[in-house]
Amino acid sequence: MRAPAPARIDVRKTYKLFIGGAFPRSESGRTYEVTSAKGAFLANAAQGSRKDARDAVRAARSAQPGWAGATAYNRGQVLYRVAELLEGRRAQFVADVAAGEGLTERRAQDAVAAAIDRWVWYAGWSDKVAQVAGNANPVAGPYFNLSAPEPTGVVAVIAPQASSLLGLVSVLAPAIVTGNTVVVVASEDRPLPAISLAEVLATSDVPAGVVNILTGRTAEIAPHLAKHMDVNALDVAGALGADGITWGALEADAADTVKRVLRPAGDDEASWADAQSLNAILAYTETKTVWHPKGM
Amino acid sequence: MLPRARPTRVVRMPDTSRLDGMTSTVTTPSSESVPRSHPADRTGAQVAADAAAVIGSADLSEAGLRRFLHGLPGVDRVGADGRAAHLGTRSIKTTAKAWALDLTISMVDLTTLEGADTPGKVRSLVAKARTPEPGDPTCPRPAAVCVYGDMVAEARDAVGNSGIRVAAVATAFPSGRAGRQVRLADTRDAVAAGADEIDMVIDRGAFLSGGFRKVYDDIVAVREVCHDAEHPAHLKVILETGELATYDNVRRASWLAMLAGADFIKTSTGKVSPAATLPVTVIMLEAVRDFLATTGVQVGVKPAGGIRTAKDAIKYLVSVNEVAGEPWLDPDYFRFGASSLLNDVLLQRQKLATGAYSGPDYVTID
Amino acid sequence: MPRFEYAPAPESRAVVDIASSYGLFIDGEFVESASGGSLKTINPATEESLADVAVADEADVDRAVRAARRAQEKVWGPMPGAERAKYLFRIARLLAERSREFAVLEVLDNGKPIREARDVDVPTAAAHFFYYAGWADKLDHAGFGPSPRPHGVAGQVIPWNFPLLMLAWKIAPALATGNTVVLKPAETTPLTALLFADLLRQAELPPGVVNIVTGAGATGAAVVAHPGVDKVAFTGSTAVGKRIAKEIAGTRKHATLELGGKAANIVFDDAPIDQAVEGIVNGIFFNQGQVCCAGSRLLVQESVAAEVVERLKVRLGTLRVGDPMDKNTDVGAINSAAQLARITDLTKAGEEEGAVRWTADCALPEQGFWFAPTVFTDVSAAHRIAREEIFGPVLSVLTFRTPAEAVAKANNTPYGLSAGIWTEKGSRILSMADKLRAGVVWANTFNRFDPTSPFGGYKESGYGREGGRHGLASYLIEGSTR
Repeated sequence: MRAPAPARIDVRKTYKLFIGGAFPRSESGRTYEVTSAKGAFLANAAQGSRKDARDAVRAARSAQPGWAGATAYNRGQVLYRVAELLEGRRAQFVADVAAGEGLTERRAQDAVAAAIDRWVWYAGWSDKVAQVAGNANPVAGPYFNLSAPEPTGVVAVIAPQASSLLGLVSVLAPAIVTGNTVVVVASEDRPLPAISLAEVLATSDVPAGVVNILTGRTAEIAPHLAKHMDVNALDVAGALGADGITWGALEADAADTVKRVLRPAGDDEASWADAQSLNAILAYTETKTVWHPKGM
Repeated sequence: MLPRARPTRVVRMPDTSRLDGMTSTVTTPSSESVPRSHPADRTGAQVAADAAAVIGSADLSEAGLRRFLHGLPGVDRVGADGRAAHLGTRSIKTTAKAWALDLTISMVDLTTLEGADTPGKVRSLVAKARTPEPGDPTCPRPAAVCVYGDMVAEARDAVGNSGIRVAAVATAFPSGRAGRQVRLADTRDAVAAGADEIDMVIDRGAFLSGGFRKVYDDIVAVREVCHDAEHPAHLKVILETGELATYDNVRRASWLAMLAGADFIKTSTGKVSPAATLPVTVIMLEAVRDFLATTGVQVGVKPAGGIRTAKDAIKYLVSVNEVAGEPWLDPDYFRFGASSLLNDVLLQRQKLATGAYSGPDYVTID
Repeated sequence: MPRFEYAPAPESRAVVDIASSYGLFIDGEFVESASGGSLKTINPATEESLADVAVADEADVDRAVRAARRAQEKVWGPMPGAERAKYLFRIARLLAERSREFAVLEVLDNGKPIREARDVDVPTAAAHFFYYAGWADKLDHAGFGPSPRPHGVAGQVIPWNFPLLMLAWKIAPALATGNTVVLKPAETTPLTALLFADLLRQAELPPGVVNIVTGAGATGAAVVAHPGVDKVAFTGSTAVGKRIAKEIAGTRKHATLELGGKAANIVFDDAPIDQAVEGIVNGIFFNQGQVCCAGSRLLVQESVAAEVVERLKVRLGTLRVGDPMDKNTDVGAINSAAQLARITDLTKAGEEEGAVRWTADCALPEQGFWFAPTVFTDVSAAHRIAREEIFGPVLSVLTFRTPAEAVAKANNTPYGLSAGIWTEKGSRILSMADKLRAGVVWANTFNRFDPTSPFGGYKESGYGREGGRHGLASYLIEGSTR
């Protein structure tokens, strides 16, 4: 008789930041303990610093022209590919979301499915936004005149605190579909799905630097992004429910550089079940109008 | 961009003594430093040398000319139209208007170009030119009368020593569709009959089909006939801009004519619509301005056809003033080819003198 | 040689009748300000005092906002779009009918040349009302879903460079979408807005739909801060725009900001040269350069820089600077002593920093605020005159070697309102237009405006668009993203 095999010890993942396509630890060397909704230890997440935020903005800025310069068809394909990969790793995300948000497996499955479907929905907008939100203008003179939306540039996204995957996807996908690049501050207490998503992005066709994800204390990192002079827009959704910070304070910080600020819809984080809209895309676009004379 | 200016020769300042009542001799910034000469003062060899210098090569071949003409800066039609419209909004009143009206009269080539022209008609036209405003000796005379070649002798006889010049259209005007020898013979006849000025037409067909050398050679040949005569005539080259269709072509044709030795470049025959327009004239004024800056040679401009009112004429003078500059405010360098313009200017002149609006019964019909 | 001297051709002033003092226009009538305070508005071309204008304080603004709220809830909001449209059409027609009066008054109060007020400001203002009138009953088709809703009361603060035109840009889309308005004209140019109130009387616009509160910065701040204002629209300096953005941070007020600019006007070696020179002139000397989208940085390809600058100087020699009421004047007076001081300071800095100054040789009147057209060459990107908005008739010339360098230099500014491209090569235009970070790109033209064409900036030039279908968005709940 052979002795029974010993129970297998699982191999756990180290969760790090996602900056410029790489997974560095925080330059500060700090981590913080992430627990499940029931208080069980899940992992030590990197506790990002303002310098990590600075590096992330730099990565986002350098990736921006290339991403915006890709064809809309290409961006659509790249984003759809992300949905394909998410689908393949559903189980992992369901487990992450269920543990972090304390959902039943059934509701976690629904949330992950909705997140994947949302990703697909936004991917499809890449080559339609300009047609829906742009138009020719019949000016009173011999001029060709066309208005079309263009990406704003670098967007800082303070991701929702409660909805760690569906909420995140709902604010991330509309920002990048038109060619913006983003720096995300993940849900402070539930950061693990964001880093799992980063792993998907890293193995997909999304160019390095298009999405950068920071974990850590929202109140510590977000003000630096709101004030950062090389950030063009700010989604303050995750200020709701974050300790030590308000979205109004972030908006006030953002005013010094005339950032575009997307405010939360209500005073508490609402359900993200139906939160997909064209306006979420247009919030991070600039309408550019081009004139040219028409003459022989 | 345009070729750079090179040192130039003779400076012949225009004779302005005929423009009574005009004072001041202030020059525009553009005109201060540039020596200028009249194009007619050049020999044929000098014209060719100037042309070679402008295009940067002695190669005046078809290809060489095309390279140069197609290398000229483009003209944006909408912008050019806008510039002309802007110039047309100048408000010229009182003393400035009186001055401009007299200058206009002095720049008119009083024209009759009808199949039905007769010696009587031509004598009548000349009489009108000699005495545009009976009873008012301060009224200037038109610069010239413009007639068909077979009427030159009649016109020459009638103008006498009035100082009014005789201009003749030639070269199978208005289409120009004849062989070179016929076109030259037409010119020779007019010059021999005493024409002071020849208004030739370019071969638009050749121009539009890229035959720049043909157009150039035609002009050179006609110029030779004009300048080598016993009584030399100045040469105006009609581009017929209404058939050239684009403003880019107007600029190219202007340069081609100037390179070939034109003394004047002229918009139109008056037989094709559109004839002269303000934007086309502005483009030609830009061309002569730039040609002066490049060669030191000051070529004249003559819009012709469709300019019927004093108001229109003043818009042209404003354009001359602000685009080419003051040196062109001179009948030696700017003319109006017109028939009915003169009487409208006279009506306006009477209005300024009396304060009352005048009517057609108070100006003479030639 | 003869000289064509244009005799004076002054527009008649008799067409306007300026009162010695003006109250505030609130709830359909002119009323005294609560404090009794007033300020003088003067003619910047002569420094002659034109009128005393009431200064609204917080109490006055509160009165105006309450009137606007009542009118929005009881009259203007419930009114069918087709009926709102007819009021706007009326306003457009009345403006056209009284266009000369408005043009002359604008010249007296602002200092701009009558030719521009007559040919640009007033007709474009009327066209703006005509355009948005037609939208009032077609909002379902504007792309914001069925039955998009107005925010409520719009508080609008406008600048002094195009007083009536900016009023039209603000009021027309607000009213078309069912909002009511409290408008604060600029301190130095209130008169055409007050004449507009008289036009509203003729249009029989219901009381309270448009309220006009005059005053200086404090009045504008009171409008922005009033809790009854749902939507803020501001055109003016970037500094004030930032203060407004901070003031409304954390509130549910929506905002559009149309702020400063430092536009690059880019001239390539294959440009249509004569039109480019005109475009450069129009770009920086239109309205004395007091235009947020002015082409204040000329970026010219190095190979043609000398020629372009030479042609530009010759052209500037024909600009006529002087009496704004003369129909032949091209460049009028600077709007205020303060603005003149700013222009003077910055040009002084330009000289001190080593740029080469050239100023058109023209006689300037002794009274009033004047600045001769000026061109700086040898400007580097580090100079203040290359970075800061001068808002005056001062052009800074920089050079570039390649298209990529032109793009880099053009975008190298916190601003992003407008840009110009001059080249005959179509594919280069389209590629450049893609890469320039500016809300309006004029290719082979400059400073064109049309009611149908959206206008507004990137980056610190502001957000939101005015004009066109896009101009409706920020006045509708369903169209607002911020």
